Amino acid sequence: MAQTVSRYGRVEPIRPRSKVRLPFPLSLYQTAVGKKWVMALTGLMLLGFVIFHALGNIKMYIGPTEINEYGEALRDLGGHIVPRTHLLWILRIGLAGAFLLHIHAAWGVSRMSKQANTAYKGGRDYIAANFASRTMRWTGIIVALYLVFHLADLTWGWFNEDYIRGDVYFNMTESMSNLPIALIYIVANVALAIHVFHGAWSLFQSLGINNPKYNPARRLFAVAIALFILVVNVSFPIMVQAGVLENDGPTPHEEAAE
Amino acid sequence: MAKHINLTLKIWRQDGPKAAGRFETYDVPDISEDASFLEMLDVLNERLIESGKEPVTFESDCREGICGTCGLMINGKAHGPEKGTATCQLHMRKFSDGDHITIEPWRAASFPVIRDLAVDRSALDKIMAAGGYISVNTGAAPDANLTLVPKDVADTAFDAAACIQCGACVAACPNSAAQLFTAAKVSHLNLLPQGQPERWSRVENMVETMEEFFGACTNHGECYEACPKEISLDFIAIMNKDYVKSKIKNRRLASQQG
Amino acid sequence: MSAVLDARIPKGDLSEKWENHKFSVKIVNANNKRKFTVIVVGSGLAGASAAASLAELGYKVKLFTYHDSPRRAHSIAAQGGINAAKNYKNDGDSVHRLFYDTIKGGDYRAREANVHRLAEVSVNIIDQATAQGVPFAREYGGLLDNRSFGGAQVSRTFYARGQTGQQLLIGANSALMRQVGLGTVELNNRTEMLDVVVKDGQAVGIITRDLLTGEVEGHSGHAVLLCTGGYGNVYFLSTNAKMCNVTAAWRAHRKGAYFANPCYTQIHPTCIPASDDFQSKLTLMSESLRNDGRIWVPTSSSETRAADLIPESERDYFLERKYPAFGNLVPRDVASRNAKAVVDQERGVGPLKNGVYLDFSAAIDRDGVNAIKERYGNLFDMYERITGEDPYKVPMRIYPATHYTMGGLWVDYNLMTTIPGLYALGEANFSDHGANRLGASALMQGLADGYFVIPATVGDYLANKLGDAVVPTSDPVFTQAIAEVADRTKQWLSTGGTKSVDYYHRELGKIVWDYIGMSRDRNGLEKAMSEIPALHEEYRKNVRVLGSADTLNQSLEKAGRVDDFFGLAQLMARDALEREESCGGHFREEHQTEEGEAKRDDDNFAHVAAWEWQGEGGAHVRHKEELVFENVTLSQRSYK
Ligand SMILES: Cc1cc2nc3c(=O)[nH]c(=O)nc-3n(C[C@H](O)[C@H](O)[C@H](O)COP(=O)(O)OP(=O)(O)OC[C@H]3O[C@@H](n4cnc5c(N)ncnc54)[C@H](O)[C@@H]3O)c2cc1C
Ligand code: HEM
Ligand code: HEM
Ligand code: SF4
Ligand code: F3S
Ligand code: FES
Repeated sequence: MAQTVSRYGRVEPIRPRSKVRLPFPLSLYQTAVGKKWVMALTGLMLLGFVIFHALGNIKMYIGPTEINEYGEALRDLGGHIVPRTHLLWILRIGLAGAFLLHIHAAWGVSRMSKQANTAYKGGRDYIAANFASRTMRWTGIIVALYLVFHLADLTWGWFNEDYIRGDVYFNMTESMSNLPIALIYIVANVALAIHVFHGAWSLFQSLGINNPKYNPARRLFAVAIALFILVVNVSFPIMVQAGVLENDGPTPHEEAAE
Repeated sequence: MAKHINLTLKIWRQDGPKAAGRFETYDVPDISEDASFLEMLDVLNERLIESGKEPVTFESDCREGICGTCGLMINGKAHGPEKGTATCQLHMRKFSDGDHITIEPWRAASFPVIRDLAVDRSALDKIMAAGGYISVNTGAAPDANLTLVPKDVADTAFDAAACIQCGACVAACPNSAAQLFTAAKVSHLNLLPQGQPERWSRVENMVETMEEFFGACTNHGECYEACPKEISLDFIAIMNKDYVKSKIKNRRLASQQG
Repeated sequence: MSAVLDARIPKGDLSEKWENHKFSVKIVNANNKRKFTVIVVGSGLAGASAAASLAELGYKVKLFTYHDSPRRAHSIAAQGGINAAKNYKNDGDSVHRLFYDTIKGGDYRAREANVHRLAEVSVNIIDQATAQGVPFAREYGGLLDNRSFGGAQVSRTFYARGQTGQQLLIGANSALMRQVGLGTVELNNRTEMLDVVVKDGQAVGIITRDLLTGEVEGHSGHAVLLCTGGYGNVYFLSTNAKMCNVTAAWRAHRKGAYFANPCYTQIHPTCIPASDDFQSKLTLMSESLRNDGRIWVPTSSSETRAADLIPESERDYFLERKYPAFGNLVPRDVASRNAKAVVDQERGVGPLKNGVYLDFSAAIDRDGVNAIKERYGNLFDMYERITGEDPYKVPMRIYPATHYTMGGLWVDYNLMTTIPGLYALGEANFSDHGANRLGASALMQGLADGYFVIPATVGDYLANKLGDAVVPTSDPVFTQAIAEVADRTKQWLSTGGTKSVDYYHRELGKIVWDYIGMSRDRNGLEKAMSEIPALHEEYRKNVRVLGSADTLNQSLEKAGRVDDFFGLAQLMARDALEREESCGGHFREEHQTEEGEAKRDDDNFAHVAAWEWQGEGGAHVRHKEELVFENVTLSQRSYK
């Protein structure tokens, strides 16, 4: 029945639909709309973590013992019901998965847009697109690189000869009193705040959460979170540098154990 | 008599789809402020023809902002500086004496330049053919008042249906995404009771066809700023939600729950 | 003569004709439909609805349009609404009333049987469009809303904000795109039809030019449907889209299709006046504005003050003065002619003194700014965008402009032209509107033709062709026509003249507007008939078309279209000259009542004038189709 369609649509697809249909629900991930949905969900998880993590880190200001106890509490999450650190590992694996998915999807949608895009030779103006929305890929990459660095620094102790497992307060003040490292922390967390400034707004659109009554609040939500991350996370390196958070050597009475 | 102004235009000239293009500069003195932007280009063309030069190719038809034929990138803005206004409805009183105006065709990989400022937008029709309809053969329709449509639903569907398929959203989108257009078309039908039977297949087919040609939306919102009909970004959220539902929900259940 | 112009009106009672006809015409068996190829030219309401409906039935359809997308056809621009005899308001509307209003509105120059059929199927159009998802205005209860329009006494106009045309076209276009997706319609966009191919007296195909590559090609089919719209752009300035043209109809005419009533053109009273020489088209402002706006001009032709400084005593509310009963709401043609009269007396307003005021200050004082904003907000915004003047503060300036053409290809009851196998639908045919079209009736007619009439009538012709293959495009009728079209197109590139196509189009438009516009007289028409050929001659020698024929070349496209407008303009003048009466949109100064109203001559002119082409340079032959009125009594309009 199909005839040759002679003129209409002389434009050929730049990315023909994949012939392979993945089974439910993976087929969702074959499209950009689906990928963005996954990014929003994983973004939301990551956001949850970052906020929780930042809240935890505030304990730094209360004192070395408190923050260390908090770290210990995390490891002991689940109490006696599950073996020690198991729940933490589940969370870690979930988080790592979310992170990888988020990055994979980001790579996918970015590649797709690159194929679809042609630059304006005479330049172009932006009205709605802001610095944050236009630099998501870069701020994302900065955060990813930072994360590796961050784990190496505070979880594996690669840059710190005196690293003491479990002595969070000591490790952190030790690292951050080093100016280049403090700067890395500052730059990365500013990047994260920028990333979240757009991301925390964007995720509502991607998830299709839309209610004209509450829509104006979405921007507020994003600004609040971005600001929170900015203020809290950037404060640590600054405060350590400024000497407010002092490095008094290893915290006493703390068994370094995991 | 209306004020007259003198302009310098920098216009993209390209002899054919495969030819390399270039900017050319034209002095266009003595243009009435009452002229529309396209009438200003008509005047330029008259003068070019008079001096034996080939006129600039640009497209238009209704010149009333409804057919969607016109569309130029004017000083880096799709449809020019006036919000909610198609190029043909833009008037020269928005410009001042001595202005330099850069005019470029719309750019996206799936909007290939045909000549000068004219591009091929038939990819948008491919999206329409993929599902932008309600299957009802002529003569098979029940009485129009048999299906009640709440006024609010009808009004919202109308807001989406106002799209004139001009492609400015694609032209303005940093990702060359056709989200706003497709969302307008999907939402128009998916919101109405008449559109329910094909709701899920419609959104699935239209989105997937869209992605064969265009980039991935990362919620920049430039499209809305450029749209001559001010189609709301909310429709993108509606489409995203319907798309994800179409992929992960059991169609039968989804249809039962609306 | 009348043997040729057999309208093939079915026998029987007026209200049974269509039903009887549908039963008596031959139909093509469902399984055989796919053996027929139908060519549809045009993707406006008529073309899109016809192509979709025929493809649904099983015919193979090839659609052609010069637009980049079928959805851009000129129908998209209609604002006001579409009529249908639904009687949802219980205000006494009926098929018969719609029929009667349309016949009367057309000043008794339309065919009864066609108009009745139009009224009958009008109700199905609304059903069809609604099912397609056309978002017509609704009441709070969820039912369809409608309003009264264009002076009708009942409320029967369905509307979709100010974009009824776009919404209906999106509906028809969605049905079309569905078939395109299914592969039953071959969609040829950016392809202009430049000739009809006739073999053994029957239409067997068309010749097209690919606007992107310049390739000239033949396409064969068992039947050809022209749905190519009206010719209002012969005036250069009109409310029509820039690309609207008469080429398809005119080329068919030259191949033997009669052209009916070319002088019937409609001038719409409320358009924004031209602001200067660069003006490229005119913008319609909805007629509804006359409900609240008062139309006036200064009493003195030497008036120079701003509107608000002119005292009441020095204003002439000329419509209210002359027509106390109807006031500003007189029909389109009456309002238009009176505006022209005062402008001719040099009492026009605006920098070029080419408009009249449409003043809302009284309505604003009475109902408040908000009420007016509610009613007309978007129109006021549009006006301000175009003119830079704020109509809340300064009266609008309006002037009549060409809006619609009632004339077109002559068709019989089956919509077939005088060339067997060639049909004309929508504004392209001479249609159901007589000498004057009522508001909101063109959309109705285009869709009636496409959705409901042609699917039922085309089979009558095709059934006889069962088993016949289409004439191959290698046939000499095609190859010759292709060569001829290619040469005709290229000729413009070698003319080597000095002036642009637009220049000549504008000059032609001035002649047509001045002499074959709102009012006509023998002197002017004769003058037009000598000026048009002279300008045409000059055009052919002195037009300058640059570039080449094998790329997108807009000047080249226009060159051929304007050439055909010249031929049409000459015929319009002739038709206007020979119709020695005034009726509807055709006002002959010689034929008016003492009050200055149009005076019909039913004894001598109750007929359709259908013109037969006699070759280049030959004088057209005028045929008549007598109009028989069995169900209405002819009366003279009066709006005093
Ligand atoms: C501003 C405005 C407002 C209006 N408002 C109303 C209203 O409120 N109510 C109402 O009832 N009517 C209204 N009308 C009238 C109405 O819109 C038209 O009469 C009607 O839409 C014509 O439809 P159509 O399908 O016959 O032709 P069109 O819509 O004009 O379509 C013609 C088609 O033919 C194609 N075509 C033409 N020539 C060729 C060729 N040579 N080769 C290939 N393709 C060709 C074009 O591409 C186009 O697709 C209005 C008209 C105007 C100008
Ligand atoms: C803790 C780390 C991160 C958080 C909290 C986070 C959060 C988010 C959120 C909420 C979104 C919006 C999702 C949507 O609208 O669907 C988003 C989008 C995005 N993220 Fe991340 N992200 C993080 C890390 C990364 C990394 C490491 C990368 C890439 C290398 C990245 C790249 C992107 C990109 C490209 C987008 C798309 C832009 C957009 O949707 O507007 N992100 N991110
Ligand atoms: C300046 C701000 C930050 C500070 C002070 C900080 C501090 C720390 C410290 C001290 C640890 C080690 C905890 C332990 O070993 O018990 C840690 C672990 C970690 N941090 Fe951060 N962090 C900051 C920002 C971030 C950000 C922005 C991210 C995410 C992008 C992040 C991701 C992680 C991860 C994934 C771990 C490992 C957790 C685990 O072991 O399970 N941190 N952080
Ligand atoms: S959504 Fe707006 S910008 Fe995009 S095609 Fe439709 S009208 Fe044009
Ligand atoms: S500008 Fe582009 S990124 Fe999405 S919101 Fe609009 S399509
Ligand atoms: S020319 Fe029709 S929208 Fe601009």
